Amino acid sequence: MNFTHTEERQLFKDSVARLIADTYTLDARNKAAETELGFSTDKWAQFAELGAIGALFSEDDGGFGGAPFDVTVLFEELGRGLVNEPFLATAILGGGLIAELGNADQKAIIEEIIAGTKQLAFAHGEPKSRYDASHVETTAKKSGDGYVLNGAKAVVLNGGAADLLVVSARSSGAAWDEDGLSLFLVPADAAGVTRHSYPSIDGLHAAEVRLDNVTVGADALLGNEGKAWPAIEKVIARANLALASEAIGAMEVARDMTIEYLKTRKQFGVVIGKFQALQHRMATVLLEIEQARSSVINAAGRFDGSRVEREMAVSAAKTLAGKIGRLVAEEAIQMHGGIAMTWEYAVGHFAKRLVMIDHMFGDVDYHVARYVALSKEAA
Amino acid sequence: MDLNFSPEDLAFQAEVRAFLKAELSPALADKVRHNKTLTKEDMVGWHATLNKRGWLAQDWPKQYGGADWTPVQQQIFDDEASMANAPRIIPFGLKMLAPVLMKFGTEEQKAHYLPRILDGTDWWCQGYSEPGAGSDLASLKTRAVRDGDHYVLNGQKTWTTLAQYADMIFCLVRTGTEGKPQEGISFILVDMKSPGITVRPIILLEGTHEVNEVFFDNVRVPAENLIGEENKGWTYAKYLLTHERTNIAGVGASKAALAEVKRIAKAETVRGVPLADDPYFAARVAQVEMELDALSTTNLRVLSSPDAAASAGSISSMLKIKGTEIRQSINDLARRAIGPYAMPFVSEALEEGYNGEPVGPEYSLGVAPDYFNNRKITIFGGSNEIQRGIISKMVMGL
Repeated sequence: MNFTHTEERQLFKDSVARLIADTYTLDARNKAAETELGFSTDKWAQFAELGAIGALFSEDDGGFGGAPFDVTVLFEELGRGLVNEPFLATAILGGGLIAELGNADQKAIIEEIIAGTKQLAFAHGEPKSRYDASHVETTAKKSGDGYVLNGAKAVVLNGGAADLLVVSARSSGAAWDEDGLSLFLVPADAAGVTRHSYPSIDGLHAAEVRLDNVTVGADALLGNEGKAWPAIEKVIARANLALASEAIGAMEVARDMTIEYLKTRKQFGVVIGKFQALQHRMATVLLEIEQARSSVINAAGRFDGSRVEREMAVSAAKTLAGKIGRLVAEEAIQMHGGIAMTWEYAVGHFAKRLVMIDHMFGDVDYHVARYVALSKEAA
Repeated sequence: MDLNFSPEDLAFQAEVRAFLKAELSPALADKVRHNKTLTKEDMVGWHATLNKRGWLAQDWPKQYGGADWTPVQQQIFDDEASMANAPRIIPFGLKMLAPVLMKFGTEEQKAHYLPRILDGTDWWCQGYSEPGAGSDLASLKTRAVRDGDHYVLNGQKTWTTLAQYADMIFCLVRTGTEGKPQEGISFILVDMKSPGITVRPIILLEGTHEVNEVFFDNVRVPAENLIGEENKGWTYAKYLLTHERTNIAGVGASKAALAEVKRIAKAETVRGVPLADDPYFAARVAQVEMELDALSTTNLRVLSSPDAAASAGSISSMLKIKGTEIRQSINDLARRAIGPYAMPFVSEALEEGYNGEPVGPEYSLGVAPDYFNNRKITIFGGSNEIQRGIISKMVMGL
């Protein structure tokens, strides 16, 4: 048993942390969030240069990592900086699906992703799917050598900035069957693709995407027709591992800011940290974050085990991230008081991100139910 | 023991319903229901509608133009108006300043200010909190120094709700430094157009502008604007806190918000099954509903009790704690109910006249902003920590 990172990974973690600490400010991040793209292309290039994007891909795919603990280490630091550059959409989701299923030609795209020159989005969720990852009503109909895609995709992360969309569509089966799902690489400017991009409340960007008779060639198909589900499930698991790790980084910043405030804010002639009513609650915040961290270590450690083992551990980590993220967000605001309600003060932005992480790829209720279902499979 | 309203109360309830049906426009109700931004005209207009009927100043005595309703009648109105998605009554002049004026103001002050609150001439805001004086309000530092027949004010107030619309502000200011901090505080009325006042917006974490900082730089205020005696302001401010029992629990607003959660949960589906039938979600809703039903009765027990006034302070604290915690639970249910559509933040869509492309169902638009905005309710008006301290002291003698 060993709970320390390899020296190499620790060095990587430190270099990302340094880049964020030295050059990444909340103010600039929030300004970038107001632009049309929703993030800074300069920062994205800097992350690429540092190798932060490449760390999410295996050496076979042209990267220099790609292990589950590479994901957790990187995303924890991104959470600490409240980074809104599209690591999740472009690298974990879009790039991850290509890495799972792509042929040699398709995998050439990964090189551009790692270089920071290509933006991707996973156009998967739909207006009626909520968190149900196999609920896809978008259709793929065979036409000549290729396919015609029709449907609507909802809250597509990075959908506005993406050059390339990975679109899920159904070629057979009922609306939420796991079988019958296919993935297609669709250029964002393809005829019939309409994107409506908007900001999210936590400083990211997403888009509603319509596909009206979008024609793609046979070379757009990622993997085998109708057989994309196992890859979709696995890549979403990686996304949840990333989000739970990001949550830990954000929680620890919110925690530290709150502790600092308890030590400096004076009311009734003393620092408010002297009040036991606050001390005990802050102690709870502290120990709960350790629980969240352990659940992420479990998920990363079991990620390459059996499917059920992986999915249960990921659902557990995402459940704790959702539950404890909310606790930390709400307590950080409450213990700060009014100042945390302002746009100008940083902690509110961390709180918004923490609560919204619960709305991505399954909230607490979804993952508890999923954990129960998986437990039955495991038994 | 009888849980039912009296025949008189039932008749009153019917009257309120008929009024709301006739006078509350569906467009305005729709804005309130979906947490869209209300304009100043929306708020002023609703006050005028109520005033025309004589229902604006619900707890004022008849002699000042009030409705003189019983606490139970006020609660009935609040329930009905909230469920109909009427705008809330802006409380600063009507419910916060007016009782102080009636109890401690001079005849001239009452004759001048009370009618102007009713007819909307003066929009009041409240100048209590300061950057260094939040929970510890008595440590406030804004100075008022007597200079002939004026006071000269210097300092800063903060969290001043809707000061951007205000004509007048009632302030707690420091006039003395002797003795306990509470003993050197005075209560004074200030014209917001006075030279030396600057209002600066504070943007909240979800991006809205509802509170402000108000700066006073050698602001000259006529001495006749002082309420009661110099250095007695703390007593007047505390009178207000103990006087105010109705609507602290926010039962009506919570009932309306829970009804909206149920509507959303019927519309949202998981694999074709309404979210309302999902056992996890249904259990969450049920638990909040049980709590709210109990709070509604706690609230009516307090309002119906003849000797409630004696312990009004600690009872207000109880109602405030439970009311705000339940309200936040409902905000939490709502954000869960809308799923991934909690993320999109199309702030323009919350403004009047937006006709851009909708994102997600209309009911989802204002849910996450309201969840974040309502984090304030356990902080303001004496944080819930302060309220628990009051209960510890006043009820338990700890």
